[in-house]
Amino acid sequence: MDYTYTILILLLPFLSFLFLGLAGKWLSHRAAGLFGTTVLGVVTVLSYYTAFTYFTADRVDGVFQTLVPVNFVWLPFSDALHFDLGIMLDPISVMMLIVISTVSLMVHIYSFGYMHGERGFQRYYAFLSLFTMSMLGLVLATNIFQMYMFWELVGVCSYLLIGFYYTEKAAVAASKKAFIVTRFADLGFLVGILIFGYYTGSFSFDFTGNAVYAANAVHGVVPETSKALAAGGFILPTALFLMFIGGAGKSAMFPLHIWLPDAMEGPTPVSALIHAATMVVAGVFQVARMFPLWIQFAPETLHIVAWIGAFTAFYAAAVACAQSDIKRVLAFSTISQIAFMMVALGVCLPEGSFTDNHASLGYMASMYHLFTHAMFKATLFLCAGCIIHAVHSNEMEFMGGMRKYMPITHITFLIACLAISGIPPFSGFFSKDEILVAAFQYSGVMGWIMTGIAAMTAFYMFRLYYGIFWGTENKEYHAHHTPHESPAVMTVPLIILTVITCTFGWILPGTFGSYVSATGEAYHIHLDWSVAATSIGIALIAIGLATWIYSGARQPIADKLQATFPRLHRWAYKRFYLDEVYQFVTHRIIFGCISRPFAWFDRHVVDGFFNGLAWGTHASSNGLKTLQSGRVQQYAFVFLVGTLLLILMLIL
Amino acid sequence: MNISIYCFLIVSALMLAIGIYGFLTRRNTLAILISVELILNAADLNFAAFNRLLFPAGQEGYFFTLFSVAISAAETAIAIAVMINIYRNLKNNFVENLDSMKW
Amino acid sequence: MASTIIFYCLAAIILICALLAVTTKRIMRAATYLLFVLFGTAGLYFLMGYTFLGAVQVMVYAGGVVVLYIFALMLTGRKDVKDNEKASIAKKMAAVCASLGAAAILLFVMLTHKFINDGGLLSAPAEPTGEQATSITQIGQMMVDAGHNGYLLPFEAVSVLLLACIVGGLLIARKR
Repeated sequence: MDYTYTILILLLPFLSFLFLGLAGKWLSHRAAGLFGTTVLGVVTVLSYYTAFTYFTADRVDGVFQTLVPVNFVWLPFSDALHFDLGIMLDPISVMMLIVISTVSLMVHIYSFGYMHGERGFQRYYAFLSLFTMSMLGLVLATNIFQMYMFWELVGVCSYLLIGFYYTEKAAVAASKKAFIVTRFADLGFLVGILIFGYYTGSFSFDFTGNAVYAANAVHGVVPETSKALAAGGFILPTALFLMFIGGAGKSAMFPLHIWLPDAMEGPTPVSALIHAATMVVAGVFQVARMFPLWIQFAPETLHIVAWIGAFTAFYAAAVACAQSDIKRVLAFSTISQIAFMMVALGVCLPEGSFTDNHASLGYMASMYHLFTHAMFKATLFLCAGCIIHAVHSNEMEFMGGMRKYMPITHITFLIACLAISGIPPFSGFFSKDEILVAAFQYSGVMGWIMTGIAAMTAFYMFRLYYGIFWGTENKEYHAHHTPHESPAVMTVPLIILTVITCTFGWILPGTFGSYVSATGEAYHIHLDWSVAATSIGIALIAIGLATWIYSGARQPIADKLQATFPRLHRWAYKRFYLDEVYQFVTHRIIFGCISRPFAWFDRHVVDGFFNGLAWGTHASSNGLKTLQSGRVQQYAFVFLVGTLLLILMLIL
Repeated sequence: MNISIYCFLIVSALMLAIGIYGFLTRRNTLAILISVELILNAADLNFAAFNRLLFPAGQEGYFFTLFSVAISAAETAIAIAVMINIYRNLKNNFVENLDSMKW
Repeated sequence: MASTIIFYCLAAIILICALLAVTTKRIMRAATYLLFVLFGTAGLYFLMGYTFLGAVQVMVYAGGVVVLYIFALMLTGRKDVKDNEKASIAKKMAAVCASLGAAAILLFVMLTHKFINDGGLLSAPAEPTGEQATSITQIGQMMVDAGHNGYLLPFEAVSVLLLACIVGGLLIARKR
């Protein structure tokens, strides 16, 4: 099978970006939007076709082959170490192709309605195209360096799109925050890549070479023994963990999560695409990409990842319970769910031949959850977009009782909420269940923690749901601005995504595992009913609790709880003051104690030195200048005296 | 009937010194040129004298003097043209006014 | 003996007139004194037996160059601008020092040097005679001779220089 055409999947959005970016000024909004959407439609078709041919192709030794249809060396660092650009197809990258192109297409269509009449509409579509290209390039990368390059590109797109409303201060601040925090984390990624490249002699994702190198290192039979020994023992886990720091920055793991809630200043479809479905899972994808190395050489480090993920999941869920801005709730929910995926990867255990489908169930679960989460979280964000579009506010107090005005949004939102809460038969149930199974396999404590967090998820999602669609209607506010259902161009994507959410889990039961799994061999998903029953039960209890507390017109219990634990609520509402901690650390400690003296030194000593040099040159040349007086006779005199002196020297 | 070469040399050296003095003190550019003529003339005299001393029958210094005269005539012509032009622009010929290209 | 007297007279004329030429306040007079200096130099040439050279000196220098000066002076002279040479004392002192220093060094070098054939300049072959004498015919032939003793190349170079000088002088001095 010839997959060379997959290069088009990257080229088309890029050309679209160039065209819209350069010629967008002369295009009408409609033309620009149609162009971008059409190109993306083609890309989606290509992606689906690729996925179809890839997954229906014959397996070799029970494994889908890893294909590299396009590859060329871009920067050769040394004979062995080179930076390639190319396309690699393997189960997870093909799966990501589907996720990205689907969500991106939905967002393209949706934006047609949501961004209607906005200034910079063409620019918006250009950035969306660029983002799609970068994200696709990231997942199709053949080597870690290419991944890093596209990783930075998606970071740039995220920055550009968060700051889309660049006239608003908050958006500018948020975009800068996102950029700086993720860049800070990417430093770790880069250092990790360099260490990795230095010790393994390759950037490639084809780990067989590296594995041999490092495995031999363990037994001490490699030419460069010291280098390889280091790689086998301590260096590889370090490199992987540094890369994980980069991933944690992109995927908003605690404590690098602070940029994601602020990123909600961007347009809502962007939040759906970048900050819920695709870019923020890049960190998970990265860990999954390096998974063979993790499981083989750094299983203990992987458990650190698991605990970081668990804590992040808990923290984000706790904060989400107290937020009032619906997009913030969704943002924290996203953080929490991504943390679930990280946990799933982290709880994988090495066994036998290192990768074993049962021991590494979490890998499959993580990818599965990534897929389903992308769909239902995009739905939730797009619904939130519809609501914001209708109400012109992000705050829950302006909402309430919206179910009368927006029936389609209401239903899709409800289904997505059920999915994220883990209620069958929606897709979220299946993926979350796998994660819980994997967590229980790792340890009971982890399993129960994750179950508890799943319950919290159900609780805050339904708090949000009731806050928006039920509860007291803000009549006063709605009186002079009646909410209305969104146009079809916005609701159709919602419906499509909801249909996927409804059907993906059960229509082909267990199929996901047969395509994507840790070893590559087919793994048939079988529900562990004890875990499933527990999680369903606990989710239902949480939903019931949320219904009891929030569904009424008045919410006496919530008020009472808030009154009873004012401090707790306040801390949660303020996200446990982490932003303030950052502010303190960066401004007071780093800027105040380190940067300022350095700046002083730079300004006064370094600059002073060079200013002094310049001043000295200026002053001395001013003095010398008078020598050149323009008086011929003076010149002649000097010349003559010089000549005479020369003669004197010669004759004496 | 015997004049030492030194006599000629002393005359020309003094003429040169006088020319230098004139060059350094005169304000008017034409007067400076006159001083330059004195210097050149001193050189010419030396050429002739040395030729007379070394090659009484030869012509090297002789022709050198001839050409030197021609060249100083040419130099004078150009210099005077320049000075007339300067005079047209500045309405005088003083050397201290000619310093606008100093920096 | 007569030539010695003539030499001293000429030397005295040359030096006195040269001094006057650089010290007089009126430029027209300076040009006139220069004329006498040039005549004196021509006299010295005659004394050495270089009659053609002396004639050239009189014709080109005294006749051509000085006339050129006088014309230039008349073109640029202005009644209202007094050309009084009021150079500052310091400048004058510096110039005196420099020129005296130069003269001293030159004389020191020249007088301490032992020249060959110092029996007297005019004595050696008493008077150039016969074919050896630099007759005008001979000079003319040498001027256009490209052979061993010829001066065709400098002659042509000077002629080109003079042509360039004519063109340049016209170009510079013409009214724009």
